Order: sequence, then C-alpha cells, then structure tokens
Amino acid sequence: MKAALYHEGVVNLKQIPVIEMKGINKRFPGVIANDNISFRVYPGEIHALLGENGAGKSTLMSILAGLYRPDSGTIKVQGKVVRFHSPRQALEEGIGMIYQHFRLVNNFTVAENVVLGSGNINWSINHELIEKETQRISQNYGLKINPAARVHQLSLGEQQRVEILKMLYRGCDILIMDEPTTVLTPGEVKELFQVLRMMSRQGKSVVLITHKLNEVMEIADYVTVLRRGRVVGDDRIENLDEGLLTRMMVAREVIHSQARRDKQDGSMILNINNLEVKGDRGNTAVNNVSFDLHQGEILAIAGVAGNGQKELVEALAGLRGVVSGSVKYEGEEIKNHNVKSRIASGINMVPEDRIGMGLVPNLSVIDNSILRSYYKEEFYSGWLLNYKRVRSYTDRIIKEYDVFISDSRHPINYLSGGNLQKLLLGREIDQGPRVLLAAYPVRGLDVAAAEGVYDLLLKERDKGTAILLVLEDLDDIFRIADRVAVMYQGCIRKILDVEKTSIDEIGSIMVGAELTGV
Amino acid sequence: MPKLKLIKRENESTMARLVVPVLSIIMAFGCGWIFLALSGYYPEVVFTKMFNGALGSPYAISETIVKAVPLMITGLAISLAFKMKLWNIGAEGQIYMGAFAASGIALALGNGSPYILIPLMMIAGFAAGALWGLIPGLLKAYWQVNETIITLMLNYIAIYWVDYLVFGPWKDPNSMGFPLTPIFSPAAQLPTWGDSRVHLGLVLAGIIAISFYLIVQYTRWGYEVRVIGESSQAARYAGMNVARNIMLVMLISGGIAGIAGMVEVAGITHRLQQGLSPGYGYTAIIVTWLARLNPFVIIIVAFLFGALLVGGFAVQIVGVSFSITQILQGTILFFLLAGEIFLRYKLVLVREEAD
Repeated sequence: MKAALYHEGVVNLKQIPVIEMKGINKRFPGVIANDNISFRVYPGEIHALLGENGAGKSTLMSILAGLYRPDSGTIKVQGKVVRFHSPRQALEEGIGMIYQHFRLVNNFTVAENVVLGSGNINWSINHELIEKETQRISQNYGLKINPAARVHQLSLGEQQRVEILKMLYRGCDILIMDEPTTVLTPGEVKELFQVLRMMSRQGKSVVLITHKLNEVMEIADYVTVLRRGRVVGDDRIENLDEGLLTRMMVAREVIHSQARRDKQDGSMILNINNLEVKGDRGNTAVNNVSFDLHQGEILAIAGVAGNGQKELVEALAGLRGVVSGSVKYEGEEIKNHNVKSRIASGINMVPEDRIGMGLVPNLSVIDNSILRSYYKEEFYSGWLLNYKRVRSYTDRIIKEYDVFISDSRHPINYLSGGNLQKLLLGREIDQGPRVLLAAYPVRGLDVAAAEGVYDLLLKERDKGTAILLVLEDLDDIFRIADRVAVMYQGCIRKILDVEKTSIDEIGSIMVGAELTGV
Repeated sequence: MPKLKLIKRENESTMARLVVPVLSIIMAFGCGWIFLALSGYYPEVVFTKMFNGALGSPYAISETIVKAVPLMITGLAISLAFKMKLWNIGAEGQIYMGAFAASGIALALGNGSPYILIPLMMIAGFAAGALWGLIPGLLKAYWQVNETIITLMLNYIAIYWVDYLVFGPWKDPNSMGFPLTPIFSPAAQLPTWGDSRVHLGLVLAGIIAISFYLIVQYTRWGYEVRVIGESSQAARYAGMNVARNIMLVMLISGGIAGIAGMVEVAGITHRLQQGLSPGYGYTAIIVTWLARLNPFVIIIVAFLFGALLVGGFAVQIVGVSFSITQILQGTILFFLLAGEIFLRYKLVLVREEAD
C-alpha cells in the first residue's frame, strides 16, 4: 500500500498542521527507536499512532511531549520551530501527554490534582474556587467527575478523566494518550471516546497510541503506522481496513526468499497439556494451553504482545511456576524441575529482555558468557574461577557467533543490540540444546542483524533442535516457521501449518476475531 | 555563542578516576581554609596541628590506625551487602551486638587460655552480628520487607540493649556509677603492636579484605552475588536461588560487623561500655560508598577517615571546636560526591548550532 504523501483532510484542507515532526531520530543503547520519522497532526483531528510493542510509538510521543530529546530532526508547533527541554515547555506550547501509569497524588482531591503544578495557586488554596473551575471544564467536555473526591477513591477510568482534566486545565490543545483503553472497562471506553469526540469538535487534537485495531477503526480520523521505528504507512481511515492495518503493523516490506525445506517428521520431544500459568500480578496469563513440539521444527507463537507469550516461555524454561497441567519432555514430567536441571537436560532459552534477564548489565562479556553455565566444574580450579579457561570459552563464542567487540573485559552495555543477541543466542546454542525457546529474538534489530539471528535459528533447526519461537512479525513467521500457534488472551486459538494458512487469517485470529469454520 | 555542556563519557577514564578525587580533596581543604579564616582562626596553624596530630608522628599514625580499624572492618561488612544492592545501614547495631556477645564470653569465662577465649569471642561476636543481619535478610527474602528500615530500627534495639546491660546487670560495682562492665582479664584482650594501641584487628581487616576480594571475584558464590546485585531477573534466569543468597549475604555482612564490635571491646576498651561506637556503622557507609565497594580502597579510605577523626581531636586541644572538624569532614564528602559526576561525564565547550 502506498503511503499518502500529504493530508487532504476535509476539515483542514487549508489549515497548517498543529504538529509537524520531521526526520526524527532517536537511538537508545543497542536499539534504534525512531528512524527518520515524520509525523503530522491537524487541528481537530483524532490521530491514531499504531504499531506493535517496541515499534517506537511511545518514544516518538515522549519526544513530542518534551520527555526525551531527539538525536536529530525538527518539531514545529503551529508552524513554529520548537525545541523542548522539559515536559513543562511542551505543555506551554499546548502539548500534553497522559501516560499508561497515571501521575496523580492519591491523597489529594480531584480539584487539587487538577491545579497542582499549574502555577495558578497562591499561598493558600481556595477549595471552592478550584472545585468550581474543575466542574466547569468537566461539564464542558462531558467528563463526569466529582471535584471534591479523593483520587484513591476513584476507579482507573475516573482517574484517567482527572488526567484529561489536568491537561485541559493547562490549556492543552494537543492531547497524547498512551494506550488509554487498556485499563478501562468496555463501558468506560465508550465514554472516553465520547469525550475525545467532544474535544475534537472544539478544535483540539488527540493522538492515541495503540495497537488495538478495532478501536482505531472506531475513533480515528487518520492513522500513522510505525514498525521497527519507521513510518510504514499513513492515511485517512476511510482508505483503510483492519486487514490492511494488520499487514502494515506486522509485515515487512523486504521480501526474502523462503527458508523452509521439505518438512521432515521429527519425533515429538515436548508435550504440553492443559497448561495454566500465572502472570506477575496473579492474573491467569496462560490458560489451558496444549501443544506438541517436534525435533527439527520451528513452531512460531504469533499474537499481539502481552497475550501470555512471555509467561508461556518462562514456564517452559522453569522460571515461572506451573499452576496446573503437564509439561512432558521425552515422556517425562518436568513441570517441577528447576532451571538448572532443565538446562542440563537440554532446554535452553533466549528471553525477551536481553539486558536485564538474558545478559547481566554492568558485568563484562566474559562474566556474561558463563551466566547459564557458571556452576560447571570446567571453569574452576579448585574453589576459584579459572579466568583463563573462562576467557578462552568466551573467545570461542565470540568467534564462532561473530560477536563484534573491542574488548571482552568491557561491560556488555557497550554492545549493540545485534551483538548482544548474537552473544546471547550463541551462548545458549553452544550448550547444545535439544529444545530452544526464543522470545522476540529480533526485536529492535536492524534487517541485517535480524537475518543473522534467523540464520542461526535455521541452522539449529536443521541440526534437529526443536524450536519454539515467539515472533511479532508475521512475514518472518511465514518465512522461517513450520507451524504457527496463535495466542490470544492466554489461550492458543489455533495451530496451523504455515503452508496452509495466510497472513490475513493469522492476523485476524490474533486480534481476537471470531473463528469461523476452518 | 560557545556553551559549556556535560557529555556522557563512553568509557570511564582511569586518569579521571585518580585526578578527580585528589582535586576534590584539595578543593575541600581550600574551602575549609576560607571557612576557618572567616571564623577567626589561622588556617595554616589549624591544618598543621591537624596533620601532625593525625600523621605527624609514629604515635599519631598508630592512633589513626586505631580509629581506622573498626571503619575498615565495618566498611567491608557493608560492602558485601551493598554489592547485592541490599542497603544494610544496620552495621551500628551489628557492632553493638557483636561487642555484647564477645563481652559476655569474656566476662563469663574470664580466666581461660587466650587461644580458646579469643576465638570463642570472635565466634560469638560474629554469631550475634549475623543474627542482627539475618533478621532483616529473612524478612526481605520471604516477604520483600524493606531492609533499610528494619536494619535501622534494629540499631536502636542493639544500642539500648547494651545500655541496659552496662547500666544494670553487667555494671561494674567498682565503676563509681559509670556505665561500664568490669575490665576483661588479659586473656580476653587482643595482643597489641609494641606499646601502641594498634591491635590484631588490623591484621584481621587485611585478611577480610583479601578474602572478600577472592570470594566475590573468583568463587561460584561470589559470581552469584555479582549477578544478583546487578539483576535479580538474570539471576532467576541463571537458576540462582535469590532468596537464599539475600539471607546469606545479610548474615555474613552482619557477622563481619559483629566482629568489628568484638575487636573494639577486645582490642581497645577491654570492657563493654556505653557509646562504644561513635557512629562507626554510619561513617563506614560513607567509606564504602567512596571506595566504590572495592575492598582494598575501603582500607585506604577508612585510614583517611581515621586520620580526619584523630586530627579533629588534636585541634580540640588548642581550642578549635570538634564541630569544625565535622564541618571539614562534611566539606570533603561534599566535594568528593560532587566530583563523581566528572567520572561519568566530561565538560566540553560547544557552539550553539544555528537553526
């Protein structure tokens, strides 16, 4: 699909954009979060910024809201070039952002929170006055709230209204909301959308950061889609549909050759039955999941991030307890085995969180190379670590997996994302896994680095390793996986042979569309 | 127009690591100089007295070492906990508990052989300090209770417990009302170097520093401690038992601080008394932090803090209030901490780019 080159909005044909970001670049260590992004918003527009987790949406909007500074690029507000050094400066230009985690003082009243930090209060607070003012604004936009209530008494939906009020009170013309509907009930979502429409009618612009397609279709006037830090398309909502948007979100413009080979029937190595796993907040993250994994195959898990993929992988690697169900490895029940015994029996894992879980920040490459084998006798002379041996082991991994570093004694923080992943993957593969679990192994990597990772995985598959791969990019799944399991809300909705399905089918299952027939 | 700007360093430069602290200390003394002059003292006289009092003679140096030893041992104890990002600020209480337990042994078995008595006192001191570390460790490991608050509160319990003993049941009947226990028998006193007050504790501090270095850098358990300190998620991923290690580290940290208490009663006071530690447990936090948890640097920094303490006592004799020394201590700290930023950032001149 061709990206529209300019806006041709009905309401704003002659208007200048209220926001114009051009050539925005932002790097974080090892990741390019924003790669030459251009982004425009017109007055009165509800603009959806769509993309998978890690696509760079929040980074781009945090730049606009003055929280981050771009490495390069310009921002214009009402046609005037601005440079923000703090969120306060952005607010002065009328740009306000509401984050996923609200920034409210729980013990203060609604009205106190609204005026807090606005500079409009003197030595003492006239409660009657600020409550009246809060009331006036809330009625203006149909935000139902009691200005005298304390924030800790409010539901999340009501707290969100306080955040909106805060922004309106400060005269904000452009409201950015980061995934505003995740904390809301369906009823509250409806109310929020009404408020947003009201704001739009009064000439205010809204940017919604989201990955929920149905909401985009319902509320947005205009959509910009980001993937891997780049704009992959933008258009008026009339010219789009869910299928097109799914493709833009998860597909990839570069068409690679198919990497599959004639499917061999390897024997079953892992058998998961009715697995239930809890998430960090005690919620049921994985619910009644069953599947088999065979030697020499890549089974991809597709799904929008946050639907239980991470918890599933952690449970299989032994990092997370199993509530019920069974995990059989070559016929033996291993659900209560700990991490070390799973590593010993050949189950290795590449976690989603590269620095922080897969690798230890601030420790050297040498130390990191033995993270999952540090207890093995071969690295010790008596009681003490034999760094000569550890070092030669590190050097071998660096060489074999082509990790580029200047000095292996340096902390891993200095490595790029691609090199981190090669070190991590190399370390896991080097242990000779029979089952390899990998969560989002190419997230944030550029095309070349991603290809390197896929090559390693395919080689491993050809050696007969069974690979469970969590991916967000559907094109990639079709290129390298043999089968694909679609996860939605903790369940595996369907397991399909990649040769017998299509991106559209997978895409619609992963956003929760009803399954009709086969 | 050119502007000064702070730019993050890619690598920490070794040069900066040496130059920055030295410059910081010089600037702190410069600041202290002005302060003394404004307060009507002759700075050169005060500084000379201080230097001579702390380092000017063999006796002065020996006194500095005497004050530095508890700081060294306690600093090392704290460094182990800090390595795992466990904020043990309860070393003060752990010192008192160690001193209490060691004194109990000394008073009960007063006339034994020193070869049995001293090791027994050491074991008791370690055990009591370890218990004081294990309590917050246990609470942290199983119920995620904040260790900072628990260790702090346990300090008061330990200090008042010792107060109770020296004012009450353990009080020396011949002390004329002073809150002291009877003096230990010679068998329960640490051997000293010549006729100075420098005692075996100095050797102990060296042994602990070397063992800590070897353990943390070179053993399986030390590797676990380093990994857990940086990321408990990575530790979980490596199959390490995080809860057990939290308890173990708090136990050892508390135990070593307990040894510092034992060493103080067996080496210096030779009795349990009120106000046994003038805040060694807190000063040691600063020592550890400035030494960036490096065991050998802790020894050096503790020595410098000992010198500052003894120098402060020396100028008191010529009528300079001890508060002046404390102000100087604070100034040095202030400059050292402010200087830290230049280890991570460098100051560069940039020209404002045209839009």
